[in-house]
Amino acid sequence: MTDSLTYDVAHLFAGGMVLVSFMLLYQDRMGALLNTFALHAAVLSLSVAWQAHGQNAPHLYVTAVIALGLKAILIPSALRRIVRRLDIHREIETTVGIGPTMLFGVGLVALSIVLMLKVTPGFDPLGRQDLAFALAVILLGMLMMVTRRNAVSQVVGFMSLENGLILAASGARGMPLVVEISIAFSVLIAFIVIGLFLFRIRERFDSVDLSALNVSRGDAP
Amino acid sequence: MSDLSGLPFVGVLGAPLVAAAALAAIRGYRLSAAVNAVASFVTLLAAFAFLAMKPAPGPLLFIDDLNIVFIVVNAFVGFTTSVFSASYIGHEIETGRLTRNHVRFYHAMFQAMMFGMNLALVANNIGLMWVAVELATLTTVVMVGLYRTHQSLEAAWKYFILGSVGIALALFGTTLVYVAALPVLGEGLQTMAWTNLIVHVAQFEPAILNLAFVFLLLGYGTKVGLVPVHGWLPDAHAEGPTPISAVLSGLLLNVALYAVLRFKMLMAGNAGAVAPGPLMIGMGLASLSFGALMLYRRRDIKRLFAYSSIEHMGIITFAFGVGGPLANFAGLLHMAMHSLTKSAIFYAVGHVAQIKGTQRIADIRGLTHSHPLLGWGLVLGVLAIAGIPPMGIFMSEFLIVTSTMDRMPWLAAPLVGGLLLGFGALLKQLNSVAFGEPTPNQAPGDASYLPLYGHLALVLTAGIFLPASLVQWFQTIARLLG
Repeated sequence: MTDSLTYDVAHLFAGGMVLVSFMLLYQDRMGALLNTFALHAAVLSLSVAWQAHGQNAPHLYVTAVIALGLKAILIPSALRRIVRRLDIHREIETTVGIGPTMLFGVGLVALSIVLMLKVTPGFDPLGRQDLAFALAVILLGMLMMVTRRNAVSQVVGFMSLENGLILAASGARGMPLVVEISIAFSVLIAFIVIGLFLFRIRERFDSVDLSALNVSRGDAP
Repeated sequence: MSDLSGLPFVGVLGAPLVAAAALAAIRGYRLSAAVNAVASFVTLLAAFAFLAMKPAPGPLLFIDDLNIVFIVVNAFVGFTTSVFSASYIGHEIETGRLTRNHVRFYHAMFQAMMFGMNLALVANNIGLMWVAVELATLTTVVMVGLYRTHQSLEAAWKYFILGSVGIALALFGTTLVYVAALPVLGEGLQTMAWTNLIVHVAQFEPAILNLAFVFLLLGYGTKVGLVPVHGWLPDAHAEGPTPISAVLSGLLLNVALYAVLRFKMLMAGNAGAVAPGPLMIGMGLASLSFGALMLYRRRDIKRLFAYSSIEHMGIITFAFGVGGPLANFAGLLHMAMHSLTKSAIFYAVGHVAQIKGTQRIADIRGLTHSHPLLGWGLVLGVLAIAGIPPMGIFMSEFLIVTSTMDRMPWLAAPLVGGLLLGFGALLKQLNSVAFGEPTPNQAPGDASYLPLYGHLALVLTAGIFLPASLVQWFQTIARLLG
């Protein structure tokens, strides 16, 4: 296997994640959004597995399997169930229109690539481009979180952000295993917590639209 | 004795962990409150043991002059809070605001949070520290939402989302530090150890360190509650159980600040990297002025003191940003004093809110008449936090102002302006709460005064007389911080 092939495939997967991040931005149905997120996690899993292969770091396969099993299969199906139970599969309410959001996203990607390539001149090219793509995925995840009003799609935004973090960690050569397992673990905990919240929110307000939460500030006269 | 030197680690980490597991199983709330206090006391003893014996740094855990201060403060306030929490929770059970199952969950989470914070403080690995901070965050999130009211769920959700984004940014910063260290230290666990990073930091690529620090400052700064990423803090303080407000203000903010300080030390060790001082000064001043201004219009007593925490974390960040032996010394002292005073205030406020059945400032009047011990305790606490002379906070604030005059005189004006603003607001708010015609009580006052007055006595003592050994110890750390 030549080095250039290793490089190209890694590039393909990392770039693919940025692309799927964009796809997340324009989904207007809950089911499609969750499917796209599953795709996001699957591409992450491929990318991490390829890094494991390229870096000769077998422990990264564990991270890849966790990404595939937990984030591409388990969590989306659980969220689908929540969506069905709450009967919210049609509504994705955005605070900003899709068009401006996409334009802003393009700006963020350009920013992260320019920034990362500028600060890492002496590093190996694969690692630095991975970091640039990872930063783009992180920023797009944040963008999604601020432009959505619905709790479930905010959670999806947050998880795509965490995918970007794992992309960054797997791209950094030999980053210790402790970190990766714990990242996956904390995602699990985060998910449990979120699930808890979603049910409670449903229980109390009959809506998962977060603007319904925005009532009391404790400072009302 | 070499095999015994790791024992304090077992104490500060093992005691909370075992207690968390045990408390999850205990049903009776009196018993679990007692177990909670005993476990916190064991943790405190273990923390004191660090003063006597200093274990050699390991690959994952280590102790040095800096984190030992944080651990001792952490364990001490954790213990007094567990004592306060026992009487607070008893009242909540009686009034039916919390069920026994909630309380069982609460106690287990309390110890899990103590474990997370202690682990973050003793971790010798930037990845492990991150995991520990995340654990502490998640446990506090579920505790903020404990009452399951509309407001507490909103607060917990906001805290969770903002905290997670902050912590995500911090992880990206952590990865960048690792990437910067990679060419010098090679692959593997040792590349994430503080003890290795700080020795070799001069050879790292400065540009990538700069970028890393921006992410770390924003990420951990969210947890510190620095403006503009403070949004979660007032809600989380106001809506959770009051013991949690006390540990949030007194401890969790410090843990995040500790992380920022560690990375600041890294930055200072690299000649090519941007100086972290101005960034910290900027965020510190913004937090100070914003917190002080927001104090005026508060109508909820817990939110009032939450904004005061933003103000004081701003002061501390400012002090460390100014840097130099004197400002660092003052920053450390202020950190310890603020933890003690603010948690004491929350102990008093917790009982007041239970007795009056409300957190609205307008409905709380004449406390010094109706409940002299509690009322005067609150008055003393607020005077201390406002910076009235004999108290410890006056001393640390005075030192911060003098060192600023010394090093960057043009910054002294906004600093003093912010301090005076906060001072005026607190006295104005205190006047209506403490004096005047008492409002009717909703419940009999069954308060625990020991934690409240214990903290106040310590703050007063520190203001009048600081033992020479303590001063010397803090000076050593101040030099370490650069």
